[in-house]
Amino acid sequence: MAEIDFRDAIRDALDEELARDDTVIFFGEDVAAPGGVFATTGGLMDKHGPERVFDTPISELAIAGAAFGSAVGGLRPVIEIMFADFLPLVMDSLVNQAAKYWYLSNEQKSVPLVVRTAAGAGGRFGAVHSQMPVSWFQGVPGLKIVCPSTPGDAKALLKAAIRDDNPVLFVEHKRLYAIKGEAGGDVATIGEARVLREGSDVAIVSAMKGVHESLAAAEQLSAEGVEAEVIDLRTLRPLDTQTILKSVQKTNRLVVVEEGPRTGGWAGEVLAQVLEGALEDIDDAWRLATPDHPIPYSPPLEDHFLPGAEAIAQSILGRDGRHH
Amino acid sequence: MARESPAAASSSRDSESELYSGLYRRMRLIRRFEDDVQSLFQRGLVHGTTHLYSGQEAGAVGVCSALGDEDRVAATYRGHGAALALGVEPEALMAELLGRATGVCEGRSGSMNVIDLEHRLMGCFSIVGGSIAAATGMALALKRKGGVAVAFFGDGTANQGYFPECLNFARVFDLPVVYVCENNRYGEFTPFEQVTGGKILDRPRTLGIQAETIDGNDIWSVREAAAAAVGRARAGEGPQFIESLTYRFVGHSRSDPGAYRAPGELDEWRKRDPLVVTRKGLGDRYGVTAEALDEIDESVEKEMAAVVDAASSAPFPEPEQAREFKGG
Repeated sequence: MAEIDFRDAIRDALDEELARDDTVIFFGEDVAAPGGVFATTGGLMDKHGPERVFDTPISELAIAGAAFGSAVGGLRPVIEIMFADFLPLVMDSLVNQAAKYWYLSNEQKSVPLVVRTAAGAGGRFGAVHSQMPVSWFQGVPGLKIVCPSTPGDAKALLKAAIRDDNPVLFVEHKRLYAIKGEAGGDVATIGEARVLREGSDVAIVSAMKGVHESLAAAEQLSAEGVEAEVIDLRTLRPLDTQTILKSVQKTNRLVVVEEGPRTGGWAGEVLAQVLEGALEDIDDAWRLATPDHPIPYSPPLEDHFLPGAEAIAQSILGRDGRHH
Repeated sequence: MARESPAAASSSRDSESELYSGLYRRMRLIRRFEDDVQSLFQRGLVHGTTHLYSGQEAGAVGVCSALGDEDRVAATYRGHGAALALGVEPEALMAELLGRATGVCEGRSGSMNVIDLEHRLMGCFSIVGGSIAAATGMALALKRKGGVAVAFFGDGTANQGYFPECLNFARVFDLPVVYVCENNRYGEFTPFEQVTGGKILDRPRTLGIQAETIDGNDIWSVREAAAAAVGRARAGEGPQFIESLTYRFVGHSRSDPGAYRAPGELDEWRKRDPLVVTRKGLGDRYGVTAEALDEIDESVEKEMAAVVDAASSAPFPEPEQAREFKGG
């Protein structure tokens, strides 16, 4: 299988789904002729035509409304919200309309739309171009939240998101666009986590860039004689609780690594589900998330703000010291 | 141009008389429906809050009479009129308001969020401006397969972000959508002039959207303006805008006694009640007698009595675990 960049995996998934299904359309700010500010969507307009791939005004309210309404009308729109920090502007159409339509209409119609968005810190973009929006949407019934960590998943999960009959928020971590990996033509199943590294001493649960930090931390820990199991959640709503519980039954220790504010984040939800489902198996369970203040700009401040491999490894070693 | 023969003119007058008598019946049905909602609300049988369309009937009935099977409508939380104008079953709508299992959405949506796709109602939207967003998106889909989307909204919506964003979006992509601003003079409790800079009509015009203001209590004006606007949108001329001047005879919602109205204002508008205007027009234009119109009123009384009976005696839905997602 060929190795490709994460950003090309996104483009390939869109390309293949646009070719496969005539009802798929794709629009957003600077996505068509310019090919996207993160260079993820070049060439799609030329190949699939300006009726199906087009640039919009800088009007997030209208973009999201157009996605919702056209999905009710029978299309499968994919929109790009350039930075996840702009998602508050699409919240009404997404939260009040799209996510509720299937239920409120008494299952007359679901709303198959995908909101792609670039999220995450580490790029020195500052407080309002670096946020991770997941916790804003975590408590919205009817909305799926997909968050790949590899090019293979980026492609297979985006294809799945486009084929899904429900609204999907598809989160792309900016710092992953340049990573390489294998990507084929398969379609993933939304809602399934994956164990990327097996280990019996502690389970590290994460998503997106945090998965890579967790894998690096596991290597550091291995040198210290601690074998960590690393779980990539891949989907944050619905959560694959079974895969997490299975790991906890083996490791009895669990750390959840979330890039996102500690208070009200998804790591807290994972811990709650583990508490409900496997209390008797738990020796220790905690989370590493970002501090409850805005994301700073200055490089040393931003680097300190994020839970990197070193911090994850040190936290696990520190907790182990307390419990052995 | 050849002149119409007297026989053809008479036949055309007959069919117009029949058409507008039918529209009168629909308007009367909406008025009576809303009166029943009001009394059921006061008896605690309609729950939460509800927003009545009384006084504005010519708007929804006139516009929807100009639509075809392929067209779709997005309405507001004041949406009973649009729903009934589109042919949503009065009994199913009333049952929905009463929270019954026989409701349009089996009690899931209530008064403010009714959806009935079979009857071309893509939804009633309970966020101010939501109908504009929904119809704009629907127009994006209809542009491809034929059909026109219609958004109903009030004067207050002119000051929401959706208004300029979606109108501009529709203009630049030439979407087949008709925006119907039902200016009933008050955004909730506040006179619209007090919170609206300039004229509403200037806003779509600035964006290059054809727009006109009409007498929204005159069913003939509404239907003609709507037919022309829908025709232009259907012909590929892009978005159209109608400001329909009207007045609601009741408060914004159940908690509003309408204390903000100027003295005498309601009485003045009552003289221009769309039902009064239509009765007079039917007589003046086609010679429809008061007796014939009273018969229509009586048939509506009978129909609504049966509707209220059936809806009130329908069972409540059983609480159950709903599915979060389609397909799982």
